[in-house]
Amino acid sequence: MANCKPTTTGNVNLAVEVAGMRMKNPMLTASGTFGFGEEFADFIDLEQLGGFIVKGTTLEPREGNPYPRMAETPSGMLNAVGLQNKGVDHFISEIYPRIKDLDTNILVNVSGARIEDYVAVAEKLALLDRIPAIEVNISCPNVKQGGMAFGTTTEGAAAVTSAIRKAWPRTLIVKLSPNVTSIADIAKAAEGAGADSVSLINTLMGMAVDVERRRPCLSTVTGGLSGAAVRPVAVRMVWQVAKAVKIPVIGLGGISSGRDAIEFMLAGARAVQIGTANFIDPQVTVKAIEWMADWCVRHGVSDINDIVGEI
Amino acid sequence: MGKKQIFDAKITANHALSERYSMLTLQLPESVGEMKVLPGQFVEIRVTDSPSTYLRRPISICDYDNMTRVMTLLIRRAGEGTCHLCDLPEGSAVDIVGPLGNGFSIPPEGSSALLAGGGIGVAPLMLLGKRMKEAGVKPTFLLGARTASEILLLEEFSSIGDVAISTDDGSAGEKGYAADNSALSKHYDIVCTCGPKPMMVGIARNARRNGSPCEVSLENLMACGLGACLCCVEPTLKGNLRACVEGPVFNTDMLLWDL
Repeated sequence: MANCKPTTTGNVNLAVEVAGMRMKNPMLTASGTFGFGEEFADFIDLEQLGGFIVKGTTLEPREGNPYPRMAETPSGMLNAVGLQNKGVDHFISEIYPRIKDLDTNILVNVSGARIEDYVAVAEKLALLDRIPAIEVNISCPNVKQGGMAFGTTTEGAAAVTSAIRKAWPRTLIVKLSPNVTSIADIAKAAEGAGADSVSLINTLMGMAVDVERRRPCLSTVTGGLSGAAVRPVAVRMVWQVAKAVKIPVIGLGGISSGRDAIEFMLAGARAVQIGTANFIDPQVTVKAIEWMADWCVRHGVSDINDIVGEI
Repeated sequence: MGKKQIFDAKITANHALSERYSMLTLQLPESVGEMKVLPGQFVEIRVTDSPSTYLRRPISICDYDNMTRVMTLLIRRAGEGTCHLCDLPEGSAVDIVGPLGNGFSIPPEGSSALLAGGGIGVAPLMLLGKRMKEAGVKPTFLLGARTASEILLLEEFSSIGDVAISTDDGSAGEKGYAADNSALSKHYDIVCTCGPKPMMVGIARNARRNGSPCEVSLENLMACGLGACLCCVEPTLKGNLRACVEGPVFNTDMLLWDL
């Protein structure tokens, strides 16, 4: 495990723990927005992060969806990347050796079409001693069997979670879809099936049309909305889920600053992830950590854990 | 590939070249040091104070002088973000990430090279032409535009190499598309092109017919510019590759275009 010396500014403690995973500070990066960390190494010291979550990984390589995969929308963007990745074996042989010695938490986001695929990926990753946690994606809206089928019913969420639980010995985080009627019920189902933590929200299903060409902007017609536009929805869902479960909640969805991160923590998040905002400012994570420390000083908060779920 | 950086640059000049195009001259800060810029690389510019513009705008580097740290960018008014950039007053600061992507190949001394640009696509050919000239390659430029008044930087290109012109309306050079220009009827040791896709396809077809290697610069829609989001991918013989990292410049032999 990473040594994870806590981030301290003055007398403020920013260190948090998510079900056994110790973090220097609550700041993670969202899967699919941060590559394998290396893409951002020219801009920030990766070891200043609480951790980062690498791109969604599947058992077999995937080419993803056809271009165009992206459309800018007001204060956000739609994407339909479709889990393009080179597969878990490529991650283990090519990527992991290059990043494993970083003194931060490296999490892998795991996706699959079938429960057996999730389990197979988890079994392979369990052999890597520098991966303290996996985040199970049961919420990708962009591929027909991208897991969202598992994430939209309590039975599906429980089935995939309990199967992976048997294969994964360390911190198990289940990433939830907001495209459901009651996200709290899905969260409780994951908790009941053995999840150590839930992260939310994945992207909201959306759509945009090019009115001049009279065509959908995305090759897949619909895609996942992310960015600042989704933040109030995400804060609401984090607040609802944090009230409904006992396991730690990781909040994400439009977080673009330290202010936004504090907002999620007050609403019930033990840790947070920054995603799309990394595209706009590749240094946003470290700036947000500094801002959070300053906020704690201004508010007389000596331990950031004290504010979690204050609302 | 050099290190990617993030910095604020100051706009020292902003010239409207026509109704649709502006040339921004930027003074980069000392902090960038000896920044290595390859011809064909781009920067991502943050557009502030424009509520509908969320993501950075990828813009080709038109020219860069390492001694003075002066960069020029040619920008077309395509949407709200680029219009906002074209209207920035001199003295204002812009937040830039770069240099990003790969670059065009510079052939060995004495080689022949055709550099074909359509519309805004002429932008990267300026630094490319200069670097080729320094390397002992005299480039021929082929500039395509809708009409004579939209031929960009003609004087500057003429000072580097020979210039052939195509305009849609025949008001300058040959009438018709750049891809049909007679300059394309012979072999070159390299053909480099940037512009609208139909033009690049036409240029690439001609290049292939004459046995010329051809490199194209793609303008795929981009979000991060850093290789993280996988939005800007282009199908290639090696699968979907990122236009922002493995590109924007690709040899057409790699692409799945119908040539």
